[in-house]
Amino acid sequence: MLGWEFPPHISGGLGTACFGLTKGLASHGVEVLFVVPKARGDEDARFVTIVGANQVAIEEVVSTPKSRIVEERVEEGTTIDERDIVVPASAHVPADESSVRLQRTFEILAIDSLLKPYLSEREYIVRLREKEIEVRAPSHTGTSIETQTITLRRRIPWRKVLREVREVDADPIKRRRVLEFSGGYGTNLMEEVARYALAVEQIATRREFDVIHAHDWMSVPAGLAAARASKKPLVVHVHACEHDRSGDKVNREVKAIEQLGLDGADRIVCVSHYTAGQLRRHYKIDDSKVRVVHNALTQKEQKERVKVEKSIDEPIVLFLGRVTFQKGPDYFLEAASRVIRVRPKVKFVIAGSGDMLSSMIERTARMGLARNVHFTGFLQGEDVERMYAMADVYVMPSVSEPFGISPLEAMALDTPVILSRQSGVSEVLRNALKVDFWDVQDMANKILALLAYPALQEQLTDEGREEVRAMRWETPAGLVRDAYVELVGAR
Amino acid sequence: MTDVVFYFQVHQPFRLRRYTFFDIAVQDHYFDDGENERILKRVAERCYLPMNALILDLIEKHAGKFRVAYSLSGTVIDQMEAWAPEALASFQKLAATGHAEFLGETSHHSLSSLTDLSEFEGQIRSHADRIERLFGRRPTTFRNTELVIDEKIAKVAERLGFTALLGEGADHLLGWRNAHHVYRPEGCESLSLLLRDYLRADDIAFRYSNKTWDQWPLTPEKFARWIHEAGPKDAFIGLFMDYETFGEHQWKETGIFDFFAGVPDAVLANPRFRFRTPSDVVKEHPAVGKLAIPRPVSWADAERDVSAWLGNPMQRAANDALYAIRPAVMELAEKGEPRLLDHWRRLSTSDHLYYMCTKHFSDGEVHKYFSPYQSPHDAFIAFMNVLDDLARRAGQEKTSERATLTEIAP
Repeated sequence: MLGWEFPPHISGGLGTACFGLTKGLASHGVEVLFVVPKARGDEDARFVTIVGANQVAIEEVVSTPKSRIVEERVEEGTTIDERDIVVPASAHVPADESSVRLQRTFEILAIDSLLKPYLSEREYIVRLREKEIEVRAPSHTGTSIETQTITLRRRIPWRKVLREVREVDADPIKRRRVLEFSGGYGTNLMEEVARYALAVEQIATRREFDVIHAHDWMSVPAGLAAARASKKPLVVHVHACEHDRSGDKVNREVKAIEQLGLDGADRIVCVSHYTAGQLRRHYKIDDSKVRVVHNALTQKEQKERVKVEKSIDEPIVLFLGRVTFQKGPDYFLEAASRVIRVRPKVKFVIAGSGDMLSSMIERTARMGLARNVHFTGFLQGEDVERMYAMADVYVMPSVSEPFGISPLEAMALDTPVILSRQSGVSEVLRNALKVDFWDVQDMANKILALLAYPALQEQLTDEGREEVRAMRWETPAGLVRDAYVELVGAR
Repeated sequence: MTDVVFYFQVHQPFRLRRYTFFDIAVQDHYFDDGENERILKRVAERCYLPMNALILDLIEKHAGKFRVAYSLSGTVIDQMEAWAPEALASFQKLAATGHAEFLGETSHHSLSSLTDLSEFEGQIRSHADRIERLFGRRPTTFRNTELVIDEKIAKVAERLGFTALLGEGADHLLGWRNAHHVYRPEGCESLSLLLRDYLRADDIAFRYSNKTWDQWPLTPEKFARWIHEAGPKDAFIGLFMDYETFGEHQWKETGIFDFFAGVPDAVLANPRFRFRTPSDVVKEHPAVGKLAIPRPVSWADAERDVSAWLGNPMQRAANDALYAIRPAVMELAEKGEPRLLDHWRRLSTSDHLYYMCTKHFSDGEVHKYFSPYQSPHDAFIAFMNVLDDLARRAGQEKTSERATLTEIAP
């Protein structure tokens, strides 16, 4: 499994989903070798011997012996268990899932890399610069800053890289050459993705496994490389595609990688029928090798539900997420203005940041809604949970949402939810109100109904809590395992 | 002799528009006239007209040896009068043969029996008047909405002069007893209870066109063979079902009409069996014993209770809110303003609550099939918005001012 992030630090939905899936697979008796990119120097590096990539060649990638991991865990008095995971809102695991079982079927390999889920090119460079400063260490001398600047804009010849990967093992000199473009971390995001692929390819030649499972585009080259090196079947798991992230302004290089992965995969797992439709429409992918597996929620026991004292009397309607085109904050604002015309005392909260934030604030002022609409900026950790719990209604008005885990988090905290039908989660959720994101009148109507009719709130929260509780990773993981069995059986 | 009793339920509700919060206090156009007309006309064409023609043929062919019973809700009569008078006329033609019995029910297919007995009585009386006016005979058999019965309901029916009451032959009601006998509800002196044989009735209503059923295809002969399995002492077999079974739920292409056309001959082939209507049965077969019905029993879903209409918080809240404004709309009606009461009664139709049902799995599928909404929550929202508006109009708000508002609204 070419996964993303591992405990105790999981920062986003993709990491949570990978980890939840892995745990679910463990419950079905699937052994997982979990390979993650991991930047050096983070405080929890103690769990693994971090690959000393730097400018060193890739054969020095070292996997940590399993016993060592366990040993160190004991030393630190902690275990790899979701209880330790820091995640937005509620994603935790009940204590009954023993870490002992996890340790038996689950092993983590870390590859030193700056990759994180959903990095943009610009964010990557920022991250790289931060690392440069942080570890301005004598060890990092391989590539001068000048060289990096020169290579910054270079395109990666993906097909060539992947072709060469096959020959890498046989020819150390060639390997050097292939790797030369990176040195330390990749000087740009694409280089880093390629460098990661080569490291994974190395692991693929050394370890025993039956199936390769790669999540989203950044691990696609790695998945393809591993599949070529090992001749094992490849599962590409699509959590989001470039069309979801960027609307019509797609990054063509990212899309090209996605296309390679989708074409080269033996099975495609996607998180919704909605996403399967996107793959059909934008990537001409035939349904026959696609399996829809909806996400689930890793969830701590409900007893820890936060109790929040609401400081204001007015009802609160919440938007929480990135303030970007994809998430539809402008539709939320339009619905807000319609609600306020009927009920002037309702408060609307837009929590999050993103490239539309300033224009949203300006628009709010222009529309005369400044007294009703509040912006909190980016929230994290417990604040997210508190915000959900404070809200009387949570709205997810996304324009395009492959899955969308946030409504489940809100529901787990007893906040009733209105969500866009243009989302994967709306395919599985029964106890939520659903709207087309563009139908702001309907959105407003439903917000008002939730505020006016307590029985509707009661209905949605009572049955919703049960529904969310039942959405455990065991079920989707079973479907993924079935896909594995199909593949392994076919060989 | 064992009597075979066919009773068909004919009903259509007045479905609501997608009435939003923004319509409240602005306009009182609640009902989706276009959709209601479209559906009524479709059902008349696919079911009422062809099936009535078939039944008329069968009655004439068998010269009284084939008989059926119908119950028409007041709302479907309203709709036929407005949009398909020829369908109503074809029911009247059946009544004129003297071999089709028309039953009593609530005028608006309501569940008033569970909440407000005075409304319940009022709806029964006005509907009985209408049935007598339209079909020439005052009903003597009562069937409550969705076959909901309990001892209280039975007593009301008896007091209002009915001699027969129809109910569901639910296992939990009967226990070891046989649905083919006439019973007397606990607490009644003279009323006879006729129960539905849900196995045989659902062979036609639900399973007939199901190709995965191990008995598919069902032929008249096979069905008659099952009917003939009834014991020699069995008084009757209650085949109660929705009339829309024929041509609407199961399309003509499934062969349902041809099947039905063959049933009378096949059943009558054994001289121990004959067709009778409910009022015939109670004249000839005395009740064999008392039956306790402490809790309401219906013909819906696996539970055979009222949870399909009042099972969740939304449904109970909607029902409470509905009956809370009845006194106000009644008062207005007595003062000569019947419009609000008329609207209110249309809202009392049980279908509105049924659309809010959140039961899942197999029953959920049935609910979904019958619902015009995308979700039970949407059904609740539209209903509550309408009620909110109706309550305002019935309350202290000046209705004349509202009317002006409606006129100036775009």
